[in-house]
Amino acid sequence: MIRRFLIPSQFLGLSAKLLPWLSSFAALLIAIGLYLALFVVPPDYQQGDTVRIMYVHVPSAWMALNVYLFLAVASAVSLVWRQPLADIAAQAAAPIGAAFTFVCLVSGSLWGRPMWGTWWVWDARLTSVLVLFFLYLGYIALVDAFDDPSRGARAASVLAVVGVINLPIIKFSVDWWNTLHQPASVLRLGAPTIYLSMLIPLLVMAVGFTLLFAALLLLRMRTLLFERRARALRLHSPAAAAARRELVGAPSEVLLRGASKGDR
Amino acid sequence: MRGAFLGLVRHELRLALRQGSDTGIVLGFFVLAVVLFPFGVGPEPALLSRIGAGIIWVAALLAALLSLDRLYASDFEDGGLDLLALSGLPLELVALAKGASHWLTTGLPLTILSPLLALLVDIEPGRIPLLVLSLLVGTPALSLIGSLAAALVLGARRQGVLLSLLVLPLYVPPLVFGAAASGTVAGARSDLLLLGALSLGAFALAPWAAAAGLRQALQ
Repeated sequence: MIRRFLIPSQFLGLSAKLLPWLSSFAALLIAIGLYLALFVVPPDYQQGDTVRIMYVHVPSAWMALNVYLFLAVASAVSLVWRQPLADIAAQAAAPIGAAFTFVCLVSGSLWGRPMWGTWWVWDARLTSVLVLFFLYLGYIALVDAFDDPSRGARAASVLAVVGVINLPIIKFSVDWWNTLHQPASVLRLGAPTIYLSMLIPLLVMAVGFTLLFAALLLLRMRTLLFERRARALRLHSPAAAAARRELVGAPSEVLLRGASKGDR
Repeated sequence: MRGAFLGLVRHELRLALRQGSDTGIVLGFFVLAVVLFPFGVGPEPALLSRIGAGIIWVAALLAALLSLDRLYASDFEDGGLDLLALSGLPLELVALAKGASHWLTTGLPLTILSPLLALLVDIEPGRIPLLVLSLLVGTPALSLIGSLAAALVLGARRQGVLLSLLVLPLYVPPLVFGAAASGTVAGARSDLLLLGALSLGAFALAPWAAAAGLRQALQ
């Protein structure tokens, strides 16, 4: 099953079948989660209604980390086994992860204003998440920076694997440094310190966000695969062959292009 | 292998000496960047003394970044990198030699110059040795991480901008611990140890990643 999934043509077939299910489940769970978070959960006794920001903030923060982990594992797989689909998965995941990180930063900032009295503090966790955001951006920029797409993909894979060092720093920043951001209350040793009525909507949202990621990932992977096919078709079309013949007739231009290849 | 490694470092140093302007420009940039801050935040000695170590660290980091984009690029363009790959010296050691020569031509001169700048921004004399020590311990990490990123962007369009986008996020941990180590005398020890750990970690890991980048550039 997994092996078949890894062949691009099989992947296209399977993902087309999976996609409607994934996206409708994601929509359903996020709708339920939002309903629970906005209308059912009682306001916090100290934070009032602002606590509802948590139901977007925390799942998107989890996703920001998990997607980066996914990106790094996919990059490592593509570096070690030269698995083309892993490459595509990594490239497809990066903008989604960047978006989750951005949502996490913005919602945290909106939550920080009423609770901490400031939009932003240079606290260890906030800073390390900001660094994560820039790692995503660096990855995306590096993929697109080369004339040869496969070269960009491999350079970016190395960067993604190197950036993994940031993940434990983010996860444990609230334990290692005494910061304004609260320490972990769900994923910790021992029982969660969050009340069950708040935990359930949170988990519903988290599963919904995960499914949303899966759906977006498949969608973007399909798009990237189709883009590659379109490019290959264009390169092998009769029109392209004619254009190449014309180019061969003008060797000076070919030489010029070759010379400027190493340029910045 | 050791001979080839040392030979490569010596070759890089000789190049840097003959075209001495490169290191000079980096040092000039370092001084100018630090000097700009008093204009920006005002000349109050108390304020400058408090943020001085941070200013010097940020300036050192930017100065180190400045000379990174030529680290492999000139060898890549004139084919020298292909010869290095064929020389029998593993690419990991090539990357390490490049990182080492980058440190010797930027990190070390920056460290040597830093006490002078510390006087300019009114850091009290007791903290100056700490600042120098933190730069001495931390700048190798800057050079090694930089050598890794420079290898990754070889052959890319707009290398310089791309390089800073990749390198600066990775420079945050050395900056945090470096500035903290030179900020106060009391808590300096643990920060210096962490900074040393970062440098050693970069020493152990960055050459491998840089070699992976170089191998792809040469394909």
